[in-house]
Amino acid sequence: MQRRDFIKITGTTALGVAVATSLGLPKSGQAESDPGTDGDHTVATFCELCFWKCGVLAHVKDGKVTKIVGNPMHPLSNGALCPRGTGGTGLLYDPDRLKKPMIRVGERGAQKFKEVEWPEALDFVANKLKEIATKHGPEAVALFVHGFGGSFFRHLLNAYGSDNVGQPSHAQCRGAREVGFQLTFGAPLGSPEVIDLENSRAIALIGSHLGENMHNTQVQEFAKAIECGAQLVVVDPRFSTAAGKARYWLPIKPGTDIALLLAWIHVMLGEGLYDREYIAKYAIGLEQLRAHVADKTPEWASLETGLDPAQIVDSIRLLAGARPAALLHPGRHTAWYGDDTQRARAMAIVNALLGNYGRRGGFYFPTKLGVPKYAGVPEFAHTFKRAPDRPKGKVFPFGDEGLAHGLRDATIPGTADYDLKAWIVYGTNLVQALPEPKKTLEAIQHLELLVAIDVLPAEIVGYADVVLPEATYLERWDDVVVTPYKSQYIAVRQPAVAPLYDSKPGWWIAKELANRLGLGAYFPWNDASELVKARLEAGKFDVAAVLKNGVALGPGKPVFLEDGAPASFATPSKKIELFSQQLADAGLDPLPNYTPPEEPPRGQFRLLMGRTPTHTFGRTTNNRFLSEIYSENELWLNAQVARDMGLDDGAQVRLTNQDGVKSTPLRLKATQRIRPDCVFMVHGYGHTAPGLRFAKGRGVDDTALVSRSKIDPVFGGTGMNVNFVAIERA
Amino acid sequence: MNGEKRYVMVVDTRLCVGCKACVLACKAENNTPDGYCRDWIVEDIWGIFPNLRAEIRSERCNHCSNAPCVDACPTGASHKVEGGIVLVDHDKCTGCKACIASCPYDARYVHPEGYVDKCTFCAHRVASGKTTACVAICPTKTLHFGDVSDPHGEVAQLLASRRHKVLHPETGCEPNLYFLT
Amino acid sequence: MLPTLLEHTSTRVNAEIDPVLHIWGWEIAVYLFLGGLVAGLLILSSLLLWRPRDTAPARILQLAPLVALVLLSLGMGTLFLDLAYKLHVFRFYLAFRPTSPMSWGAWILVLIYPVAALSGLLALGPELQGKLLKKLPLVGVLAWAQRQRQVLLGATLAGGVGLGIYTGLLLGTLTARIQWNTAVLGPLFLTSGLSSGAAFLLLFKLDEADRHRLVRWDMLALAVEGVLIASMVLGFANAGAAGQLAADALLGGAWTASFWSLVVVMGIAVPLVLESIEIKKHLPLVAVTPALVLLGGLALRAVLLAAGQDSGFRLLP
Ligand SMILES: Nc1nc2c(c(=O)[nH]1)N[C@H]1C(S)=C(S)[C@@H](COP(=O)(O)OP(=O)(O)OC[C@H]3O[C@@H](n4cnc5c(=O)[nH]c(N)nc54)[C@H](O)[C@@H]3O)O[C@H]1N2
Ligand SMILES: Nc1nc2c(c(=O)[nH]1)N[C@H]1C(S)=C(S)[C@@H](COP(=O)(O)OP(=O)(O)OC[C@H]3O[C@@H](n4cnc5c(=O)[nH]c(N)nc54)[C@H](O)[C@@H]3O)O[C@H]1N2
Ligand code: SF4
Ligand code: SF4
Ligand code: SF4
Ligand code: SF4
Ligand code: SF4
Ligand SMILES: [Mo]
Repeated sequence: MQRRDFIKITGTTALGVAVATSLGLPKSGQAESDPGTDGDHTVATFCELCFWKCGVLAHVKDGKVTKIVGNPMHPLSNGALCPRGTGGTGLLYDPDRLKKPMIRVGERGAQKFKEVEWPEALDFVANKLKEIATKHGPEAVALFVHGFGGSFFRHLLNAYGSDNVGQPSHAQCRGAREVGFQLTFGAPLGSPEVIDLENSRAIALIGSHLGENMHNTQVQEFAKAIECGAQLVVVDPRFSTAAGKARYWLPIKPGTDIALLLAWIHVMLGEGLYDREYIAKYAIGLEQLRAHVADKTPEWASLETGLDPAQIVDSIRLLAGARPAALLHPGRHTAWYGDDTQRARAMAIVNALLGNYGRRGGFYFPTKLGVPKYAGVPEFAHTFKRAPDRPKGKVFPFGDEGLAHGLRDATIPGTADYDLKAWIVYGTNLVQALPEPKKTLEAIQHLELLVAIDVLPAEIVGYADVVLPEATYLERWDDVVVTPYKSQYIAVRQPAVAPLYDSKPGWWIAKELANRLGLGAYFPWNDASELVKARLEAGKFDVAAVLKNGVALGPGKPVFLEDGAPASFATPSKKIELFSQQLADAGLDPLPNYTPPEEPPRGQFRLLMGRTPTHTFGRTTNNRFLSEIYSENELWLNAQVARDMGLDDGAQVRLTNQDGVKSTPLRLKATQRIRPDCVFMVHGYGHTAPGLRFAKGRGVDDTALVSRSKIDPVFGGTGMNVNFVAIERA
Repeated sequence: MNGEKRYVMVVDTRLCVGCKACVLACKAENNTPDGYCRDWIVEDIWGIFPNLRAEIRSERCNHCSNAPCVDACPTGASHKVEGGIVLVDHDKCTGCKACIASCPYDARYVHPEGYVDKCTFCAHRVASGKTTACVAICPTKTLHFGDVSDPHGEVAQLLASRRHKVLHPETGCEPNLYFLT
Repeated sequence: MLPTLLEHTSTRVNAEIDPVLHIWGWEIAVYLFLGGLVAGLLILSSLLLWRPRDTAPARILQLAPLVALVLLSLGMGTLFLDLAYKLHVFRFYLAFRPTSPMSWGAWILVLIYPVAALSGLLALGPELQGKLLKKLPLVGVLAWAQRQRQVLLGATLAGGVGLGIYTGLLLGTLTARIQWNTAVLGPLFLTSGLSSGAAFLLLFKLDEADRHRLVRWDMLALAVEGVLIASMVLGFANAGAAGQLAADALLGGAWTASFWSLVVVMGIAVPLVLESIEIKKHLPLVAVTPALVLLGGLALRAVLLAAGQDSGFRLLP
């Protein structure tokens, strides 16, 4: 209230009294309720709060981003966003952002840095890299990466002479199901997964906790399916959000999903519920499969999984009744128990029996829009040495992406085919992302160079020798995104505002390093906007329109068999391989076998992890805007068990795992929503980095308790749900 | 058209995943102060493991047809505008909190600047033909907003075709936030 | 049938709203208490002064309207302290909203001022009046008032009654709070105001007849209060889920201890016993009993204010 108003109002006192009631309803509340957050212009770009890449419109007013909304033209957002997408401003204006390049002055990890100018930091890195190339060869340098801007650094590393790239989003995440589906159908699932949830009439979620896992488009399609009456089967030890919407919730004993899947196959084959025609036409190995599951009855599975046999039968009948528009979601974070590729295989087989691959309501054959490369980027001159991402002499026959934990381990001298000496870390917080964090810290101490390119002072940044502050996604250009999807589109990222502080876009950092390494020819464009525009022009796009809309849509192509998409299974047999000769040849199970998981010792519980809708791992837990909701994680424990232990809902508890690792205290959520033999917490809390002034000390870091992992023999991924914890009052 | 304009919101509890995008979008749109929200998510769980039932609701001011908050307000700060939207005129508000005490849904709060604040049904957006910020963001299309007096409109159609409820009808407030069940 | 609701979580954590409403603290309790006390003072003093008497009434009776004004100002002070938007306090007086007890209250309060001030001035006696009148151009008004003494007393009485009813109704009309949603609350607060007024007067020197009358009135008021409280609790107990919730708060919930010990025992039962002894045995128990009554009156406001805020519909299924 302003002084002026006060005078005006008091001046009219006599008149003002009691007139208000008699005048009827005012027209609208526009003026009085307008908070003025609309921008003076909007910039179409795409989100990087997670890796889904939804199109957003950033409202910019007086040079500040006021709010972020969904881009209605973008096929991944359709105008709507997940909760995190709204929170870009919380990252952009995070007071804890990295602001200036820094060089370590104290011990590694002691968090002592001096601020330097960019040339000094870049010279330091380039000189070190030159030295390492001469001393150990370029392959001694590894890149760890997560996020779209990482492409420039991969390009740089390749130009430099190494292809040792590790992404925790592979071996600690999607790897198992990519390999499992590749072995079965001849293609990985990609991101977005090639699933047609929206047209599905019956959906099974094996753990995939859609609704908490908030990949925007998938949740949109999930809801659309429910709206259209699709039936849900949710297999999860926890009564997830999705379970709350399910026709059948199967509260499975953790780690026993393969038993359930084999029983489902048993029922499908026994009752003839599968798609005979489809299997006959497209698949091989049915008879071996039939023999394999002959004794895998629902009663047998019931003993292993703790599920009611009738529920096992009813749920698969429900799914099969809707085929081919029925779908087992392939999962995403599948790094659970070390037999994960085989579980993914079993899921792939059930999908195949539903006859849904290439069918509406099942899986689609993706299509994409081509954008020519930037002309004049030279080919790489060398062949790359194979990554030392496995223990010496060990072979993982499948999977063609680097294993992040394997590269870490190879940094501990003498353990792998050759030693790694330097890490470039872009947008991945290895300390929280990799299991066995002690090993991560040990490996770091053997490095000759650790460069961290990040936006925030995450844990890994504290261990770096050189810290390079990147501009956030709202402040930079990146390369054009071309996504294989069910419709055709490309999208661009462009800055909504200029970089704050002394942060720089990734492309600039990579190019400057390349120049210093004598690799400037590999970055022939002046800046990324030129790169983007040149590629768009070469592809005959209307550049102005693409920049205005943030996306360009293509004409589309049939992606389902029923619409005329050609069936294509890039397996050795060119068929869906129910029985996998490839696995047999590698000495692995050609059909998935079930091995019972270890039981938690008395008084201990299996530790499970997952997501909360408003955060992306530890990436956003310092985001003050997003932290308005769920600023610290809690421990889910079965309410009856809690009562027996004398623990009340809300009590502060502390966990100790099987290796004696103790957690900081966290709040107990005593709930009916979880089995009695496991506990659950959201991943990404319990930061220890002092620079994360908001997130530090909030909640508990699950990764610290993941001091063991189980290696998947098929591709080498790490199963992380293999740790047990005891609970005590804090 | 059938009578006076009446804006309502329809919340499909079957679709809501409780993601809170609506809560955050509201905060961003309306510049809500830190620590406060105009809309919120309620999760109710009935039963005992493993026989459970869940309901998730996105809640906010009900813009009651019979709004006790408007009645309780001594200054006329709490008032109704076209379409039945209940607003608080910040300039007229004394922060006496009678309206807060009178609201059975606890939909209001005291803004740190002193006036009382709550959901406005994004009247500033509605006035220019847009839908509310929470409706616009929702990835599951749980939320629907519109004039229920138009029998062919989306909200009237939904209410005509689906089972629904309001919260605490016994208050007599005649809430305009409907929950499809 | 619906299984019982087991787990209820809400993301809303608005300050002063969650986990339970607590928008009004001691300021409003004191305001309501002082409002009731002032109402009692005005009503009782004008009743006692209604019939002209031979000897001058006790000083405190004469000063009652002025004392009431001071207390009322204190009360308005605490109300002001509670306002979240203090700069906008003048807004109360730019509108009159007939549906809003808060609005009625605001206007009643300002209307009482001139009435009580005049009656107070009249009671000051010619000497003080003379001094004041030199400074203030009030001669005419005062002369008029002198002639209309009975009218003025009547107005003071009416103001007291209005104020008393208002302090009761303010909470009673807020039906969103189950604990306040009872027809008994208004009369209860009014009665409690009367007994507070009596107790307040009893703290001062009075002639025997007035004193006797006041003690009797106080006893009556306390007894009525007791009956009203009993009927309130019984009413809740017979009013379904909502009432049960309200009853529970007073019969085995968060507010039980303070309600029964401070309000019922300390504020009603003990004073009643003490006063009946006093009357029977003609004992001069000067300050203790009235003090207990006053504290009980304050406790009644404080406890019901808090318990009521704690009794929203959110607690119902
Ligand atoms: N909001 C939000 N969304 C996200 C992310 C995020 O950080 N935040 N991250 C994204 C990323 S990168 C990924 S990989 C995905 C991960 O998301 P998903 O792939 O959906 O989930 P997971 O983390 O693998 O699985 C967690 C669920 O599996 C259940 N579970 C645990 N053990 C078992 C078991 O043995 N059997 C079965 N059947 N279920 C089990 C848990 O109870 C929990 O409900 O989420 C993505 N979406
Ligand atoms: N214990 C446990 N471990 C897990 C999981 C689990 O559930 N439990 N989940 C696994 C899964 S599914 C995955 S996908 C991985 C993911 O784990 P990570 O690969 O570590 O991914 P994020 O946590 O997203 O990476 C976060 C880092 O990126 C930085 N960052 C954010 N934006 C930018 C940017 O624009 N530029 C740059 N340069 N940096 C940026 C953040 O500040 C942060 O340091 O973790 C895996 N590890
Ligand atoms: S899913 Fe959410 S966080 Fe991820 S890109 Fe889309 S809006 Fe951003
Ligand atoms: S945005 Fe939609 S799905 Fe998410 S909580 Fe709000 S209403 Fe529910
Ligand atoms: S919900 Fe509360 S604030 Fe909203 S109109 Fe109804 S009574 Fe008023
Ligand atoms: S707080 Fe403001 S809006 Fe609420 S009743 Fe008082 S003056 Fe009216
Ligand atoms: S209608 Fe507008 S003000 Fe109300 S909750 Fe939705 S976004 Fe917030
Ligand atoms: Mo992931």
